[in-house]
Amino acid sequence: MFVAATIESWAADLNDVSLIYPWTGSEFIMAIAAIVAWIAWHFWQVGFEKREYEAEMQRYGDKDSLDRAIDDD
Amino acid sequence: MGSNIDAITTIFTEFYYWVTIPLMFLIHVGFCMYEVGASRHKNHLHTLMKNTMLIPLVTITWFFFGWWIYWALPGGPGITGGIGHPLPEVATSYLPWGEGMGPRLDDRISGVFWAAFLLFAWTAASIVSGAVIERIRSTAFWLIAILIGSVTWSIDAAWGWHYSGWMVQILGYHDAYASGVIHAIAGGCALGVLVVLGPRLGKFGPNGEVNDILPHNPWLVCVGLFLIYTGFWGFYVACNVPLADPGFIDGQITGETWTATTIYLTPTTLGTITVNFLMSLSGGLLIGYMVSKGDPFWTYSGGLAGVITASAGNDLYHPLQALFIGGIGTACAYKLHYWVERTFKIDDAVGAVAVHGYAGFIGLLICGVVLWGFPASPYEGFAHITPWGQFAGAVIMFWVLGFIPGWVLAKILSACGQLRIPKEVELMGLDFGTEQDREAAHRDVLATEHAKN
Repeated sequence: MFVAATIESWAADLNDVSLIYPWTGSEFIMAIAAIVAWIAWHFWQVGFEKREYEAEMQRYGDKDSLDRAIDDD
Repeated sequence: MGSNIDAITTIFTEFYYWVTIPLMFLIHVGFCMYEVGASRHKNHLHTLMKNTMLIPLVTITWFFFGWWIYWALPGGPGITGGIGHPLPEVATSYLPWGEGMGPRLDDRISGVFWAAFLLFAWTAASIVSGAVIERIRSTAFWLIAILIGSVTWSIDAAWGWHYSGWMVQILGYHDAYASGVIHAIAGGCALGVLVVLGPRLGKFGPNGEVNDILPHNPWLVCVGLFLIYTGFWGFYVACNVPLADPGFIDGQITGETWTATTIYLTPTTLGTITVNFLMSLSGGLLIGYMVSKGDPFWTYSGGLAGVITASAGNDLYHPLQALFIGGIGTACAYKLHYWVERTFKIDDAVGAVAVHGYAGFIGLLICGVVLWGFPASPYEGFAHITPWGQFAGAVIMFWVLGFIPGWVLAKILSACGQLRIPKEVELMGLDFGTEQDREAAHRDVLATEHAKN
């Protein structure tokens, strides 16, 4: 059962109050959405890192640039 | 909260754990400073990001499954009980969609307890981070961080750092302030990854001679270690249950005396652990300074190794025992670091395997001898602390849950081409392109300013 406003009044015996967050009943859907987003983030990261290194090597991967980078450090 | 005493106990406990969390946050600040200082200038921004981004990734996965694992696996499963033993309803409530995971007025402790355990998870992952700097892909490290932070540390805590863990019950495993469950496992995991990852280019000469790759900022490294000490105070007190009445421990402890306890519900005091923390730190600093002949990095690391070595039994040791144990662990860790480096060509950039892994392992063994015969738990039928129980525990922490999972995941990542950065990028430095862009931007600004002059 999806409940938007869990609390209708704070004028209550707090001993009888348990959950206080909105959208109770949607926890499973929220969890699945978050897990999917987390996994998708890793896929994005794999591609991002690959593109980053490819670009670096294309711009600075020649012998002269590498020698300069090594000497500069 | 049925009575005023219950209310005060609950609110005090909630606040107590909350205070430990910002203190432990400093451990992570310290690790970042330490790693960035230890890396070379050409890598320091990527090094910072690599460590920083483990925070959100371990946090969300700790929410998804790490916390559930802790409550689901104390029995093995299948060793002393099934999944969720001994409180299956609690384990179920900590699934990511469970009723225990959202804010509620009838449970004020779970959130802060969850966060305290999470900060331990960050620490475990951050220990590995330092060892592998300057050549691991961030993609790979973050998966390894999730492995140790939200899976293997959680399993080891369920087994050996839970009042009903099977290692406590059968082996009499005792590790009050995490020599094994955080440090040995993280050191073992780092070693497993390092074996597959290999050394940084330039670390070993053509004939196997060891080259020192010096930190770009030794001062930052030492301040980082100082901050880790500071955060360690929060780590220590977070390992305790602050206020327990005898009834809380199922009537196993009789009488009316309330006490602080370890995670095993065995009594201790904050005074004990405070004095022992300082004495073991001192033992480590004194010996670290001596064996390294005054090297600041190893002196500070020695202080850390001293605390880590004594942590397994710092709830019960005499302060002078803590002092000597801290010193012994530090000397062993220092010697082992250089022996392993020379013999096996392992490039542990910050000595993490030694300071955390070897010191933690040795600390468990020493604890088994010094606390031999002490009960590991207030519960009847649980084993007493023994040298062989602690040895088995050390092997499980360092090798079974540390080294092997780290090695296996590193092998998989390596086979997928996702473990190590390309050679050219390693030579130029991870930040080389960024630095070129920054210099170009700076030149553009100067040119524009000159044009307006």
